[in-house]
Amino acid sequence: MLSIILLSVSGLANLFLGFNRSNRLILPFVLLVLAAVLGVTVSGIDTHGALAVWNQSPYFTGMLTFDRYAQVFTGVMVLTTLLLLPFSQKYVRDGNANLAEYYSILLFSLVGGIMMVSYNNLLIFFLGVETLSIAMYVLAGSDKSNLRSNEAALKYFLMGSFTTGILLFGIALLYGATGTFDLAQMGNAVRAIPAADAGLRPMMHIGLLLMLIGVGFKISAAPFHFWTPDVYEGTPTLFTGYMSTVVKTAGVAGFFKLLFVAFGGETIEFWLPTLTAMLVLTLFIGNVGAVAQTNAKRMLAYSSISHAGYLLLALVALQSGRLSVNAIFFYSLAYSVATVAAFAVLKLVHDQRERDDYDGLNGLARTNPLLAFVMTVAMLSLAGIPLTGGFFGKFYLFSAAAQEGHIGLVIFAVVMSAVGIFYYLRPIMAMYMKPAAEGSDAPVFVGGFQSAVLVLLVALTVLLGVWPGVVEGMF
Amino acid sequence: MDQTIPEVIRTIPLQYYVFFATALFAIGVLGVLTRRNAIIIFMCVELMLNAVNILLAAFSAYRADPNGQVFVFFIMAVAAAEVAVGLGIIVMIYRNVQNTDVNLLDRLKW
Repeated sequence: MLSIILLSVSGLANLFLGFNRSNRLILPFVLLVLAAVLGVTVSGIDTHGALAVWNQSPYFTGMLTFDRYAQVFTGVMVLTTLLLLPFSQKYVRDGNANLAEYYSILLFSLVGGIMMVSYNNLLIFFLGVETLSIAMYVLAGSDKSNLRSNEAALKYFLMGSFTTGILLFGIALLYGATGTFDLAQMGNAVRAIPAADAGLRPMMHIGLLLMLIGVGFKISAAPFHFWTPDVYEGTPTLFTGYMSTVVKTAGVAGFFKLLFVAFGGETIEFWLPTLTAMLVLTLFIGNVGAVAQTNAKRMLAYSSISHAGYLLLALVALQSGRLSVNAIFFYSLAYSVATVAAFAVLKLVHDQRERDDYDGLNGLARTNPLLAFVMTVAMLSLAGIPLTGGFFGKFYLFSAAAQEGHIGLVIFAVVMSAVGIFYYLRPIMAMYMKPAAEGSDAPVFVGGFQSAVLVLLVALTVLLGVWPGVVEGMF
Repeated sequence: MDQTIPEVIRTIPLQYYVFFATALFAIGVLGVLTRRNAIIIFMCVELMLNAVNILLAAFSAYRADPNGQVFVFFIMAVAAAEVAVGLGIIVMIYRNVQNTDVNLLDRLKW
């Protein structure tokens, strides 16, 4: 709860800093706040006791709970934001007039993300989804004079609000079938509906299906992924990085909680085939679509679709309980760190060379060895090569799914990640094998602080890859 | 005439509310999928949200449980926030291209 209060209050305070017209103060302030929130969250994680305790420390008459699950995923999201924001220094240098607003909106959207992982009532889940999404609509269009950014904002907004309607209709039908919005009570009510009930059971099934579609849109799972490449390409790179990490973590963790608490047990037989079909389609479209791309940002958009597919494996393997929670946690942490590193390099290169296709990366190994190395480690981690965090992330996911007997799915996912290696190697080849174009071979400017954060990102990725036990105690 | 509002709501069978809300929702979905003007698409989304509101209010009255009606207030508040942001985005686009037709926006391929 302290994290939500801190973020909201400092978001407001940050708006007042904006009056001051001293942009230099804002970034350190925001980073300080995020570091404080991270400290509060991590020190508050109670690593004792079973995972089954879902409603420790309830707030608002039990609508919001800060149990270990909520604290850990809050930690992942705050850490991701903290690592991403140092790369916004160009906005500070350019004297961007709306800087304070953008940072504040980012902090508020983080509150939405936290609500999505700590809810215990569908009302809070809905409010969290909307707090996160409405803030992202604004940030997607934050480059106001750029038509691509405008278009990304409009597409994201229309798709997002359409999805909200579908999600809400699902919630309304679930409410009609069970008579409650509370997760635990909903679980009891679902189990109490007889299997042959001709009235309530179809209503519950349709409601759950509509919620599945709604959340599928938000985490860009196929066949509801088609907005992703366009929106990711048009959105300013910094916020694309935020979108593909925090929004995805919040969506998957929040949906896992819903399915685990309210629709576990025998209800699983209803939604499992649908989710499995979505998973197979998502993995296929994400990985095959990424191969055809020539733009690094679009490639990362397809790659984020495919990662949504890998994360769905944990939802399919939900019965394994602790194993699949641990897999979601580790995977989203490793994926977020690697994605932040990749987007950070793209952002720095884009700031100077004004392009984000593969050719824009040409010759980077000669002009900026550090950037090229960071990008390489990030790509290897996303591809799941051993010694990087992504390897153990995939390992945990696959073993959770295998434990539940989904051997076919695991084999398919392994084949798909082999396809992934092909397109993750293309930026690396561009950086190391091709010379920079005439006139654009000046070194990319990287600030001292930014270099330190880049080194930290690489260190984190490698640490997670050689010593995964470092975060083992969480679940 | 001294019936309470939930009693008035209960004078119509529940399935009529479900059919009505579903029809309204379907009209909204069809509108989003077929219309090409951003503002009309947006109005259709509002139609979908209002279908949800009717459904929630009806369920709430039939179950004598106020939670559903509270949810409706939250949906209204969120819809208002969405309108503010959405119209802001549409005005921003209109300033740049003098049009609100979504087909004109094809700089990013689908």
